[in-house]
Amino acid sequence: MKFGSAVVLLLAAAVVVAILPGAAPADTAAMRPERARPVVIASKPFGESYLLAEMFAQLLESEGIEVQRRPGLGATTVAFDALRSGAVDAYPEYTGTGLLAILHEEPRGDAQRVFAEVQKQFTERYGLRWLPPLGFENGYAISVRAETAQRYHLATLSDLATVAPRLSAGLSPDFIQRADGLPGLSRAYGLRFQSVRPLDQALKYRALASGAVDVVDGYSTDGLIARYDFTVLRDDLHFFPPYQAAALVGARLLRDDPRAVAVLTRLSGMLNDSTMRVLNERVESEHQPIARVARDALHDLHLGGVRNDSATAADASSGAGRSTFLAYLWGRRASLAAQTLRHVELVGVSLLAGILLALPLALTLERASRAAEPTLRVLGLLETIPSIAILAFMIPLFGVGFWPAVVALWLYSLYPIARNTYTGVRDADPAAVHAARALGMTPMQVLRYVRTPLAAPSIMAGIRTAAVINVGTATLAAFIGAGGLGEPIATGLALADTRLILSGALPAALLALIVDAVLAQVERWTTPAPLRHRTAR
Amino acid sequence: MPAPSLSFENVSKSYGAVHALADVTLSVDSGECLALVGESGSGKTTLLRCINRLVDPDGGMVRIDGRDASALDVIELRRSIGYVPQEGGLLPHWRVSRNVGLVPWLRGAPDAPLRAEEALELVGLPTATFGERWPDELSGGQRHRVAVARALAGGQSLMLLDEPFGALDAITRHDLQRMVAELRARRPLTIVIVTHDIHEAMFLADRVGVLHAGKLEQVATPAVLGAEPATPYVAHLLARAELLRS
Repeated sequence: MKFGSAVVLLLAAAVVVAILPGAAPADTAAMRPERARPVVIASKPFGESYLLAEMFAQLLESEGIEVQRRPGLGATTVAFDALRSGAVDAYPEYTGTGLLAILHEEPRGDAQRVFAEVQKQFTERYGLRWLPPLGFENGYAISVRAETAQRYHLATLSDLATVAPRLSAGLSPDFIQRADGLPGLSRAYGLRFQSVRPLDQALKYRALASGAVDVVDGYSTDGLIARYDFTVLRDDLHFFPPYQAAALVGARLLRDDPRAVAVLTRLSGMLNDSTMRVLNERVESEHQPIARVARDALHDLHLGGVRNDSATAADASSGAGRSTFLAYLWGRRASLAAQTLRHVELVGVSLLAGILLALPLALTLERASRAAEPTLRVLGLLETIPSIAILAFMIPLFGVGFWPAVVALWLYSLYPIARNTYTGVRDADPAAVHAARALGMTPMQVLRYVRTPLAAPSIMAGIRTAAVINVGTATLAAFIGAGGLGEPIATGLALADTRLILSGALPAALLALIVDAVLAQVERWTTPAPLRHRTAR
Repeated sequence: MPAPSLSFENVSKSYGAVHALADVTLSVDSGECLALVGESGSGKTTLLRCINRLVDPDGGMVRIDGRDASALDVIELRRSIGYVPQEGGLLPHWRVSRNVGLVPWLRGAPDAPLRAEEALELVGLPTATFGERWPDELSGGQRHRVAVARALAGGQSLMLLDEPFGALDAITRHDLQRMVAELRARRPLTIVIVTHDIHEAMFLADRVGVLHAGKLEQVATPAVLGAEPATPYVAHLLARAELLRS
């Protein structure tokens, strides 16, 4: 058969066979913990976490320990699930977050007691260990513009509570949800904002600066607070628990690699608040490469000035000087190429898998029409799950990295392909179907030789829709460590680095156009000539 | 081999509360052309489709050369019967030759292209000119000729015409009617044609069956039908056709 599904499948298979060898090896390590593998160091998606993780990584590398970096994992749950599942070996975490967001316990006592508590519970419940604290605290900081503070005479959160009904807040989604965030804070201070908008970690400082919101949350060592000259309101009722930073280490590393654990422990007690603010300022405001800032910091701590040749997502922020954007992109060409390739792999593999399931499924549904609408509705329901949520669901099942992202993207691709295929074959030229049946085609022959080729344009429309959606959604896969063009976007967002964001977003948009154009050509090949004429005329 | 004979024995079919066919008994001789006429909803198309089992009767039996059609393999049965649907029903993504060779190809006949060529000649369309065209590159009349060729390319000697020429202009329709008449002269063919056009029925058929609300009102030769309508409905139908003609 020249037309129809066979050709679509073959082409898709060819595309994926071409890219799969590149896709597979990178992540099998995460899938098979029993094999010797590098120490996987992760971070959450904000500057300080990137920096600390990079310091962990370089310190390990200075001792000849191989490291794999997974910067910018979603939020607390994503990073913690990744650590628990063994996909990640260590990441910087804060004791207060461990107590409230992970253990779901009430805040209690001073820093030492909280550390002792999380240490005990994490060991008992999860087999994880907190290394001794790094030496600084990074608690929540509620900030306002300096002029707002002056106008309302705001110095503390109690002051804020009196004028909050006139102010709008932009808070990270994480903060709005968690017990140690907005709900608890509102109770403690009787806070009622005029409005609360969920804003990304990095966007909200800009939103505050531009006047779009009046109050934001953040961390007390955020460099951007100093850059914009915001006023941090004092937590006069001591609502926020202590947030001591420490390396949180997974079971595998504790069991198999005591040397790596010992090396990481060297950082304990070495950092303080002011050091961190300066380092964060360099990363967040001056957009210095994280690798360099980490190297300098380790050097100053006499923990070695390690050369780091490996390209990291953090390295991507090397916003060298004031060169043009094109020159900037050119400077990033190596990592951009790798990220684009990874992006294509994510989209290609998930799309092929989507075609392999959705196409036969939809053709089956044509034969079992009673099951069709319920089945399609379930697939449609998958589309309504927020991308970041579906990505997070994948972590306990598949760890972090390439494959869980592929599974999530695959789930998203099913509905457009199945719906368009089903509608296409169901509504295929009724006169032709009737004649084919009446002249003695079996139902399978009608499906194969009449309905499917006539539905080719509709099937391809579904595949194109799924492909373009996946190119966009795949940018979010960076939050579970899958890489791709989302990596510079996520890092750029975390560091408020517009050029870095654009260096991921523009290629992603371009990729969407190219993928659509390529599939338009495939559509021309798979669509029977007279149907093609009909649309062209 | 002579063309098959047909018989309907007390054939009934209901769709819910609607009796599409009520106890129809009728026979068609080998080589005969029977026209079924009646208004929309009279049951004429349902009766036709009982022959190639696009419709399965609720009661009664259809026999083809004396054999119970419901006992035959339905796919084989359909491949052995030529069928021309209302709009022609050509597969738009197949070229003319491939459309015509459909049934031989389904049977796995290696000479399908040759059979297609013969059938096209039969309906007056030379393969050299028309074989490689797409259906949408043909005129309405040509499309219907191709549909007739497709119905005969498998060597079928029973042909069902399901309101075949209704959508065509009067001149083209007449050409096609003459073509069907000539086909009958050239090879043994039993034909059942459903039409709402009494003149077409009178012109083509040896006998005409008039259906009304699922019941067979009368079966007779055109001459007898015109001279002695059996029921007031048949008389009414004929009178109206006369009126329409003038």
